[in-house]
Amino acid sequence: MVPSRVRIGRWVAAARAAQKRPRVDGLGQPRRSESASTRAALYVHWPYCEKRCSYCNFNKYIPRGVEEGALRNCLVTEAQTLLRLSGVQRVDSVFFGGGTPSLASPHTLAAVLEAVAQEAHLPADSEVTLEANPTSAPGSRLAAFGAAGINRLSIGLQSLDDTELQMLGRTHSARDALRTLAEARRLFPGRVSVDLMLGLPAQKVEPWLQQLQKLLDHCDDHLSLYQLTLERGTSLFAQVQQGTLPAPDPDLAAEMYQQGRTILRDAGFRQYEVSNFARNGALSTHNRTYWQCGQYLGIGPGAHGQFVPRGAGGHTREARIQTLEPDNWMKEVMLFGHGTRKCVALSKLELLEEVLAMGLRTDVGVTHQHWQQFEPQLTLWDVFGASREVKELLARSLLLLDHRGLRCSWEGLAVLDSLLLILLPQLQEAWQQHRTPSPVSGG
Amino acid sequence: MWTLAGRALAPWAAGAARLLPPCSRHVAALEPGATRRPFSTAELKEKPDMSRFPAEDIRNFSIIAHVDHGKSTLADRLLELTGTIDKTKKNQQVLDKLQVERERGITVKAQTATLFYSFKGKQYLLNLIDTPGHVDFSYEVSRSLSACQGVLLVVDANEIDLKNADPERVEKQIEKVFDIPSDECIKISAKLGTNVDSVLQAVIERIPPPKVHRENPLRALVFDSTFDQYRGVIANIALFDGVVSKGDKIVSAHTKKTYEVNEVGILNPNEQPTHKLYAGQVGFLIAGMKDVTEAQIGDTLYLHNHPVEPLPGFKSAKPMVFAGVYPVDQSEYNNLKSAIEKLTLNDSSVTVHRDSSLALGAGWRLGFLGLLHMEVFNQRLEQEYNASVILTTPTVPYKAVLSSAKLIKEYKEKEITIINPAQFPDKSKVTEYLEPVVLGTVVTPTEYTGKIMALCQARRATQENMIFIDENRVMLKYLFPLNEIVVDFYDSLKSLSSGYASFDYEDAGYQTAELIKMDILLNGNIVEELVTVVHKEKAYTVGKTICERLKDSLPRQLFEIVIQAAVGSKVIARETVKAYRKNVLAKCYGGDITRKMKLLKRQAEGKKKLRKIGNIEIPKDTFIKVLKTQPNK
Repeated sequence: MVPSRVRIGRWVAAARAAQKRPRVDGLGQPRRSESASTRAALYVHWPYCEKRCSYCNFNKYIPRGVEEGALRNCLVTEAQTLLRLSGVQRVDSVFFGGGTPSLASPHTLAAVLEAVAQEAHLPADSEVTLEANPTSAPGSRLAAFGAAGINRLSIGLQSLDDTELQMLGRTHSARDALRTLAEARRLFPGRVSVDLMLGLPAQKVEPWLQQLQKLLDHCDDHLSLYQLTLERGTSLFAQVQQGTLPAPDPDLAAEMYQQGRTILRDAGFRQYEVSNFARNGALSTHNRTYWQCGQYLGIGPGAHGQFVPRGAGGHTREARIQTLEPDNWMKEVMLFGHGTRKCVALSKLELLEEVLAMGLRTDVGVTHQHWQQFEPQLTLWDVFGASREVKELLARSLLLLDHRGLRCSWEGLAVLDSLLLILLPQLQEAWQQHRTPSPVSGG
Repeated sequence: MWTLAGRALAPWAAGAARLLPPCSRHVAALEPGATRRPFSTAELKEKPDMSRFPAEDIRNFSIIAHVDHGKSTLADRLLELTGTIDKTKKNQQVLDKLQVERERGITVKAQTATLFYSFKGKQYLLNLIDTPGHVDFSYEVSRSLSACQGVLLVVDANEIDLKNADPERVEKQIEKVFDIPSDECIKISAKLGTNVDSVLQAVIERIPPPKVHRENPLRALVFDSTFDQYRGVIANIALFDGVVSKGDKIVSAHTKKTYEVNEVGILNPNEQPTHKLYAGQVGFLIAGMKDVTEAQIGDTLYLHNHPVEPLPGFKSAKPMVFAGVYPVDQSEYNNLKSAIEKLTLNDSSVTVHRDSSLALGAGWRLGFLGLLHMEVFNQRLEQEYNASVILTTPTVPYKAVLSSAKLIKEYKEKEITIINPAQFPDKSKVTEYLEPVVLGTVVTPTEYTGKIMALCQARRATQENMIFIDENRVMLKYLFPLNEIVVDFYDSLKSLSSGYASFDYEDAGYQTAELIKMDILLNGNIVEELVTVVHKEKAYTVGKTICERLKDSLPRQLFEIVIQAAVGSKVIARETVKAYRKNVLAKCYGGDITRKMKLLKRQAEGKKKLRKIGNIEIPKDTFIKVLKTQPNK
């Protein structure tokens, strides 16, 4: 944990040099030079937080003294094990999420990155993101993360209103948020994202739009707008249930979302996913992997992954979840080399359902090309072209099906979950018919 | 109001303490020593010889009281006093056996107890016939009362939870309303047991013995029946003439079926077999009847080959209120079916028709004597059979006089009864529609008269008369269309009179009514399960309410939903449910995908089960919210 002990590895040094080079916008044009099954994104879960936020139901723990060394060793071990198991040869992106991974020491992040670089090819220009919470004195720490190999920051700013931040149980102030954002932009120019929440209890449209406008004056090239989801088991949920806080108004949230995305569009941002906006090509390649159903490995307590265990001779893609509780996870990693608790093989149909549901979250939608990679025989036209219900959605301009593929319209994107309730059963039906072709009568 | 048979006595219930002599003295004097008990416990296990009780030593009586005035408590004390039940036990509403009776403080099922009581050196047989305590059961009450020669009228002089306690005023009211002189009132506290013995003495001295003849052929009134899964139907009977014993062949005057008597006995209050029952006595009879409809209340039993004139007043049970009953989940259909079958075994007044609804699935349309009867039935299904039930808004049996020859031929009669709104015939095929009416009686403190009259008027009631009982109380009689009071009249009355006004009603036949069928439309398509029959004057209010309830409970969809209430082609109420503006999960990254896919697939699966009307999907919940009884609305 002492910076002088951080061994700046070969990969980190190369990555720091690469950070200076301009980026390439790759979304929607998957590189096909290597087989998709030998590539993956890597998610690293840091399970600890300083304090519980009132809205968060993620897998996180308030630590009473973290043995960071042990945790670090386990993350390294699990990364090695899963990389070998998956047979992945190239890691396109790394994302440190949590919890609050900015509480981890830069040394830990560097150790994981070095381990990955030793086990597989981690290109020097790979996107390496760290989720960071605003703090009152962010400077030296952010610089240390940069030195450890982080080249992109996602800042959990959430709000520019101190009352709202307090309601959310955040430890920072609006001032801290702007200071951290400024510092991050100085250190990671063009590679800083901020989160802004909408649809909070008692939140009104106008003041929220003012927050967004103010944020536009300070932000970099990437922004995420997240509508609050009240999750069971959170203190915010309980407060709304008990009536100490008003229930968020879905109409107001919808209004904020529509006006917010219009403002961002006018400010030159591309809404490349339901909640994500970027300009100057600053799209997150890591998250793109999820929406494009690329392979991803998840390490750390409770992390999720999806990949074909090629290293073990497997041919079927599996959804894997690591053990949730940090101490148990560590024990398992020490015993077995990994803490995978649950492993479910995905059927072809299930994978197609994900291709559809995740792909439609993006502005490019599901292209014919993309679909074909997963299902070469049954085309999008075959599946959706004849459905009366889908035709109605097309006629109402909620959905588009054309030579490019299937995608949501501007209006349709906001109601995607309702559209999917029509599209998924249609896919299931078409799949069944495709699998059991009806016998040709007569002859 | 009750029609009182025979002479009435008026004891005070729960009288104010200051009016009563010290309790301890009375309780001590009443302590029934073993020697004073007519039968010891050991003796009771033998079959008592009932021939010892000629008619002149028998008194048959009932207790009449307003709901919650302490009738069942007084019955408990009488049972204790006569040694029928053990006094040391904590006796609370012994005769109210059902959970719902104890919870609601009402008697649903009549219970009878035979009491042995010695007075002035002579042993008497006192039959307490406890009647149901609600107007819904007025026919049962009338049959029970016809087995009595007198009644105890219990009037609560001190409703301790209300501020208006005033025994003197109540005494005057009794004199005014019932013509019972105040010196005939016995002031007691059933709760404390004070003065209860004088009630029994008054029963012997003031109620006449039954005028019956042991020598005549058997003539027995069935005044109640229950079903026992091992022994079949147990009929409660009162003997007007003759004798009945095990082995006798008897005939039902109503069904003309013949049975052999397996068992007779008295109710003590549990069944106590006896060798015989004699004229004037009250007891039970088991004769291999398999269904309670074979022992209908009011029927007369006589000896085979000795037919007698049936006792007057017999009517088959007539349902006044109908409601759909559906299982919450169709997989529960068979359980609910068996629960309904078991409950109706004990209650022949519930009529059962199979019914089905596109929204709620397979179920039944049940007919009840009244709203309380319906609620009690529903509560018993839930409590005693653990069934989860959807109960739809109750409707009343409308009638239509048909003009279309084709329809008359189809129904085989000119006047048809409509119990399901979906079967309401079109006006063009009908000479007139009829609706059931009831004569309602409201007793209220005078200060609420104005508000109550306005309420009655709003319910299309016509005033029959108005009597000032005293300077503070007024009795209003109104003719009400039954459907105006079935749902929420009682609650409205209670809330606008701070709980003081009381309400009773009795059947008053049918009257011509301008009835219309109202459709509910969603984006122009009729929702069959929401078709409603309403009075022309009420169409707007009812239509508006249904539209509002739909608006509140229909989930938003991708499209705007226009909700309309229409009579024929005329729209009378309208609401809209706006389309979804946003319905998409905000965060969907690696850790969220599995959960989201599961949720989407579950929702898609659930969607398949939804009722679709045009492009609108309607969850079962919505129908339940719109259709089910809403006591507060």
